[in-house]
Amino acid sequence: MTPGQVRFTLALGLVLLLEGLSRFGFIDRFAMIPPSEIFWHLGKILGGGEMWPAIAKTLTNVVAASVAAVVAGVILGTLIHGWRALRETLDPLFAAYYAVPVYAFYPLFIVIFGLGDVPQVLIGFMLGLVAVIVNTLNGLDRVPRVLLKTARIQRLGPLATAREVTLPYAVPYIFTGIKLAVAYSFIGVIGAELIMSRTGLGYEIGYAYNNFDNAVMYPLIVFVLAVAATVNTVFFLWEKKMLARRRK
Amino acid sequence: MAAVHVALRGVTRVFPATAAQREVKALGPIDLDLMRGEFFVVVGPSGCGKSTLLEIIAGLNRPTEGTVALEGKPVVGQVPEGIGVVFQEDASFPWLTVTDNIAFGLRQSALAKTEIATRVDHALRLMGLTDFAAAYPVQLSGGMRQRVCLARTLVQKPRVILLDEPFGALDQQTRFLMGDELLRLWRESGATVMLITHSLDEAAMLADRIGVMSARPGRMLEIIETGWGEERGSKVVATPRFVEITARLWELLRGESQRAMAGAP
Amino acid sequence: MTRALRAAILIAFVLAAWQALFWFAGPNALTAPLDTIAYTAELLSSPRFYPHLLETAHAFAVALGIAISVGILIGFTLGLYRFAADVGEPVLVALYSIPKLTLYPIVLLAFGIGMPAKIAFGAIHGIMPIAIFALGAVRNLKPVYLKAARVMRLSPSRIAARVLLPAAIPEIFTGIRIGFSLTLIGTLLGEMFASQRGLGHLLIQAIGLHNVRMIMALTLLLVVIAVTASALLLMVDRRLRRNMLGAA
Repeated sequence: MTPGQVRFTLALGLVLLLEGLSRFGFIDRFAMIPPSEIFWHLGKILGGGEMWPAIAKTLTNVVAASVAAVVAGVILGTLIHGWRALRETLDPLFAAYYAVPVYAFYPLFIVIFGLGDVPQVLIGFMLGLVAVIVNTLNGLDRVPRVLLKTARIQRLGPLATAREVTLPYAVPYIFTGIKLAVAYSFIGVIGAELIMSRTGLGYEIGYAYNNFDNAVMYPLIVFVLAVAATVNTVFFLWEKKMLARRRK
Repeated sequence: MAAVHVALRGVTRVFPATAAQREVKALGPIDLDLMRGEFFVVVGPSGCGKSTLLEIIAGLNRPTEGTVALEGKPVVGQVPEGIGVVFQEDASFPWLTVTDNIAFGLRQSALAKTEIATRVDHALRLMGLTDFAAAYPVQLSGGMRQRVCLARTLVQKPRVILLDEPFGALDQQTRFLMGDELLRLWRESGATVMLITHSLDEAAMLADRIGVMSARPGRMLEIIETGWGEERGSKVVATPRFVEITARLWELLRGESQRAMAGAP
Repeated sequence: MTRALRAAILIAFVLAAWQALFWFAGPNALTAPLDTIAYTAELLSSPRFYPHLLETAHAFAVALGIAISVGILIGFTLGLYRFAADVGEPVLVALYSIPKLTLYPIVLLAFGIGMPAKIAFGAIHGIMPIAIFALGAVRNLKPVYLKAARVMRLSPSRIAARVLLPAAIPEIFTGIRIGFSLTLIGTLLGEMFASQRGLGHLLIQAIGLHNVRMIMALTLLLVVIAVTASALLLMVDRRLRRNMLGAA
């Protein structure tokens, strides 16, 4: 059996086990409904249409946060890479950044920006930004000097060098940052929605939880996890392919 | 010195087919006798299976067919007592000092502390590492690290020493000097030495006998007797005998090398 | 410019930006740096505050212990059995990148409100990076170390203890360092919704009451704790890696 088949079988086994445990009363309906019902309700919800505004909102926010993090991160990373002193000063900030519980700033954002979409997107953006910067720096670092020397010998100006040599070489490593930005945007946006928002999938999940509405909560959780896992896996495989061309 | 120390009969090694590649016949069949106390060198084009041969003799790898015997006893899948190996890659443990590295093997055995200290001390002096006894491998050059690995092997007083291109990462001049050092250690230890190299110079100046291997699957094309006595190593580089040997080696290997370059990855 | 001077400049810059933000956003959104520091000191000397701190510390310590032991176990097992790694690694990576906050209602339903839920949430956050790095540590072991150990005729258990483990520790420790931060965040998040005690609970309470001073003080405290711990762990990490050749 290939690994993929084993994974599938294990997943199937787990679902069947949960189904059995729920149906025979070992798991309280209050805690969890059987998987078959979850999928049935999911179908109803997706077909029904009331959730689509929330889904659209969340996905839009995730995309906005990712794109912002990537664009700002690559630009900032490139600028910082050119200025050594700045880079060395900011280094401890980058190292410590992911230790900080970014969610703690959420209330601050709400007060400053109000209850719209900005706080969620901002949290997703903030989580992803440093990952992109760090990986951009890493990618630019890795451009072998001999390639830069070759560019000088060919008399390429700085812009042309960046376009023809530096960026293409660094892209796979920068892509690692992009992959992380996407993952962090999901985490940031949905987490923020869950904690303190009025719209979006995160909010809907929290709402369903507070109203003991398992028939809505579980399908939404499954949906969010499935979308996040799929998107992240796509980026992960894409990154792997890019880096494979760089393997020694 | 006429006794057979290690005997190989009909040794082959086939790597079975996997999802990624077809079955690969890497080596063989090989018949070879290593005589006690001799300095034997194996040369061959890249990919001919030299390293595989060494690993089979050491007991790190099992032959698909054939037998290996050390001092009359068969070597089967386990490293027998009395063998030392120096690998191509640096095998010094980065988390230990030079001294601890050298003492590592001895400390796992039942040897007395005082005996261990004596041997390690002797090895440090022998390899010129006394100044670096408390240093970590990361602070040493590639050549020094190989000396640490060599020292680690020697303190166990092996009767057979196998070396797989130990000087591969070093420049030509250093290699000449390391070759001379290796000869000195060989004489002092009295062990049987088998050295694998792709350098024809090295083979010609160091060996008692040279085994020339063909391209993959490697077989022994010919065994050349050098006839060197006490005088060998970098000292004999200008002699006519040296030139004869290297010429003969190249004659045998030119075709094999071309074949290897065309075929092997 | 020494490292200390650069760090001081960085901190000064952050404080200045904070002050500027305060002037821009007003006292309804933020408290100024000096006020916040003063209030935090007040909190730390107040006897009613300590039980919360201890509660969080307790939950965190247990969660981290679980994350480390289970994470290393999973990582090593996958590292030693190739097929298990082929099956399990994509799962680990997928689990690492999903928004785990979405699982939080499920954790609550499974463990109820209180300490177990907090510990579970913290542990879930920390296990993934530790497992992933432990797996990497076993995988990245230089094969020549194993060969050299076999030539010295070491038994398998000795090889594991004297060669595999010391060689793997630096990489495992990087995983633990990342896992430390994530477990802290996870524990806090768990406390925010699943507890009547602890720093996370105080935070969500302050958010609800719009007690800006408290929010800022708690955030400052958490950030300082997280960053200090992270910096210390980074120092240990650097020390462990100092002797490892070729490690980044």
